[in-house]
Amino acid sequence: MAKRIDVGGLTAYYGSHKAIEDISMTVEPRSVTAFIGPSGCGKSTFLRTLNRMHEVTPGGRVEGKVLLDGEDLYASAVDPVNVRRTIGMVFQRPNPFPTMSIFDNVAAGLKLNGNYKKSELADVVEKSLRGANLWNEVKDRLNKPGSGLSGGQQQRLCIARAIAVEPQVLLMDEPCSALDPISTLAIEDLIGELKERFTIVIVTHNMQQAARVSDRTAFFNLAAVGQPGRLIEIDDTERIFSNPSVQATEDYISGRFG
Amino acid sequence: MSHALNTQTPPPAPSTLRGARLPKWAPYVIAAGSVAAGCGIGLAGGLDSRIQWGLIASILFLLVTYLLAAKVEGGRQAKDRMATSVVWVAFLLAVIPLVSLIWETVARGIKVLDGYFLTHSMGVLADTDVGGGIYHALIGTLEQVGLATLMAVPVGLLTAIYLVEYGRGKLAKAVTFFVDVMTGIPSIVAGLFILSFWILILGQGYSGFAGAMALAILMMPVVVRSTEEMLKLVPNELREASLALGVPKWRTILKVVLPTSLGGITTGVMLAVARIAGETAPVLLLVWGNPLINTNPFDGPQASLPLYIYQQYANSAGSPAAYDRAWAAALTLIILIMLLNLVARGIARWKAPKTGR
Amino acid sequence: MDISPSTTAPPPPQDAQPKPISHKAAARGATRPGDRVFLGLSRGSGILLLLIMAAIAAFLTYRASIVLSKNEGNFLTTFEWDANAIPPYFGIAVLAFGTIVSSIIAMVIAVPIAVGIALFITHYAPRKLSGPIAYVVDLLAAVPSIVYGLWGALFLVPHLTGLFSWLDQFFGWTGVFEWQGGAPRSLLTVGILLAIMILPIITNVSREVFRQAPQMHQEAALALGATRWEVIRMSVLPFGRSGIISASMLGLGRALGETMAVATVLSPSFLINASILDPGGGTFAQNIASKFSEATEQGRDALIASGLVLFVITLLVNGAARAIIARRKEYSGANA
Repeated sequence: MAKRIDVGGLTAYYGSHKAIEDISMTVEPRSVTAFIGPSGCGKSTFLRTLNRMHEVTPGGRVEGKVLLDGEDLYASAVDPVNVRRTIGMVFQRPNPFPTMSIFDNVAAGLKLNGNYKKSELADVVEKSLRGANLWNEVKDRLNKPGSGLSGGQQQRLCIARAIAVEPQVLLMDEPCSALDPISTLAIEDLIGELKERFTIVIVTHNMQQAARVSDRTAFFNLAAVGQPGRLIEIDDTERIFSNPSVQATEDYISGRFG
Repeated sequence: MSHALNTQTPPPAPSTLRGARLPKWAPYVIAAGSVAAGCGIGLAGGLDSRIQWGLIASILFLLVTYLLAAKVEGGRQAKDRMATSVVWVAFLLAVIPLVSLIWETVARGIKVLDGYFLTHSMGVLADTDVGGGIYHALIGTLEQVGLATLMAVPVGLLTAIYLVEYGRGKLAKAVTFFVDVMTGIPSIVAGLFILSFWILILGQGYSGFAGAMALAILMMPVVVRSTEEMLKLVPNELREASLALGVPKWRTILKVVLPTSLGGITTGVMLAVARIAGETAPVLLLVWGNPLINTNPFDGPQASLPLYIYQQYANSAGSPAAYDRAWAAALTLIILIMLLNLVARGIARWKAPKTGR
Repeated sequence: MDISPSTTAPPPPQDAQPKPISHKAAARGATRPGDRVFLGLSRGSGILLLLIMAAIAAFLTYRASIVLSKNEGNFLTTFEWDANAIPPYFGIAVLAFGTIVSSIIAMVIAVPIAVGIALFITHYAPRKLSGPIAYVVDLLAAVPSIVYGLWGALFLVPHLTGLFSWLDQFFGWTGVFEWQGGAPRSLLTVGILLAIMILPIITNVSREVFRQAPQMHQEAALALGATRWEVIRMSVLPFGRSGIISASMLGLGRALGETMAVATVLSPSFLINASILDPGGGTFAQNIASKFSEATEQGRDALIASGLVLFVITLLVNGAARAIIARRKEYSGANA
């Protein structure tokens, strides 16, 4: 299931503004890679270039290569719709479809494809909700609207929705920043389980979280406000937090700036 | 579904990311082909209405796009392309009559629109005769709209001030609701109201003023709404700063709030003026129409530009001279209204940075 | 973040809806003579607006009651309009039929197209084009109805004969599209013209609603691998449904009350015809405009009576539209 991502020389723009510049890295399959760095350093932008969501924003434009197991996502014959299907995404604020029930939310991605059987659908929904550690909490109210759940439950619903289509990669854009500590813990546990099956990339503001959940950590920074963000270094999480090779990383991690 | 083994090397296996896609030029070619086919069928079948040609072309375009996409790209993409095509066709369908409206008015109106036309009335000219002009109608429209503005703007302004600066409780809620409802009153009903009370009950005659009252009723809610929006944009700190200096509230409103939002309010008023300048129905009931110049809006029937258009069209039994005059008057009216609109928007743009600060 | 020991408080967030200055300030302010006069004036204006609305209802009802008490026919079911006769004999059945049928035709044509244009502006048009298009739509809303009427009568009508004969040829058997071959000045013509006229307002309101559709739900759909149409179907249309309904009702209110365009295009005949291609029917507003010049005082009262019905209908339609909009505001406000 899980695939590996190789990024080469990637630069992204908002109109004429260069948001990130010349980023190259490799994301290993079946691992959790965390992106950390100060606000505005472009880590979320970079994440959104990995499933071609960046070009959805007005003026958004990308140069460079993103290879998914060797295949360039930005090649001209590639359909962005298929890319986003293959690489799932979980957003900062939980965003279940307000007009759909819990069941329909999870099934939304599958229904898009059309070729499913009713019985299969129910199985996949249950499996995905179990996968997101939400099944026991919602199994009695699958037909209630998803917006009735708590924030943490909604976010896990969104994770269930994303994994229901069996993506190769799961991107998470600060998935816990809108949640309370207990819900955050639940999501972090879930990430630990999901990495058995998926390649996971997570953007986080919270360095303890990066240290807790990730195998590898990438530190992003920008030279000054208005300058494009750059990748400073990427390494095993343990090394980044104990003995980083770049001074700026150490300064950031020890709280000297940012 | 990919059954590919998870190897580290780039697999030569069939890609899941690529989909068979129609080339980028496909929609244009299909569109051109459908238009050609539509015209061809129209010519061959002897269909004399261009509307049918257009309909045939658009239906062909939709069908061919859907079928081709379904064949090459699959059902979901076909639906997506279908939706895109439908939206484009909807847009083009709507553009055609609107372009035609402007084109016809300009092309036919330009014929007799000249200095003479603008400076002469119909006088004793019969409706079927060549000549005549709209001077009397211009005067009528200007006077009626001017009077209506004089009546509607103070009431509208003060009501908006009440709603934004003082309003709370049931009265304000009722006023807000009825202002909304009032926006939707058909103009002919406003005309009937003035007719019933001014002419039938008070026994007054037709006059520009009677028409102006009906126009004022139509104008008030528009002024209230736009002024309200503008006043709401004035930041509260400005009000507080002034009140904190010991300036009484009414002077704060007059000296601080209104000047700040003056540009926006002017824009709103001008848009409202543009809207009532084209109203025909109440004028027909209350001003009656007059081929002669009557500069006194308070006494006797007057003419007005929209009414002139209607009467040239309706009372002339198809005389080409009258139709020419109707088109020319329509062109004048459109130019007048578009000028008002453009100036209003110009003011809005010019004043915008100041109110934003 | 460094917290500087500055003495000035950060400016409070700008409220889109400034609340009136506190109770106390208002009460204190009102004791000054200047304030009292100003408050009185502005409140008086608000009350004046309410009085005008009440007066419209009252005067129309009063004049209508004079003639209705003399009416020999049944006001609701009589198929004739002989209001100048003594005693008068008239009813609004034909007008109600014509008004409803022409408005329905207008809605059937205009709503899908307007929603299409709104989607075109918000989701399909090249970004540089969408601004100018929206602006043009705004300007078109400002074209006076008499100009639409003139264009309809002198340009649209002659161009409709082909469509009419085609409809008659293929759908004439239904009865609805039967055509005797007269000038195409029927309820269908009126409906088409009204559709063109109400396009801008429905487009503008729907456009605003689609523009407000939350980005996060559209991104959620995109991230699941939805095509553009699927994004719209999953997250834009459900959000905009009530907006489309209220936009349509505002358009309907316009169509019901439109006078001059109908009066120039329709060749009225005071009868109900099953075919929408043959002359037949009339609308409330058109009937008032066409019959007015020949009406006696009694005839005018009869026209006022029919105007009262129109007033009530548009009041209900517009009230409903506003109520839907207001409820939506609360809903989206609570969601934000």
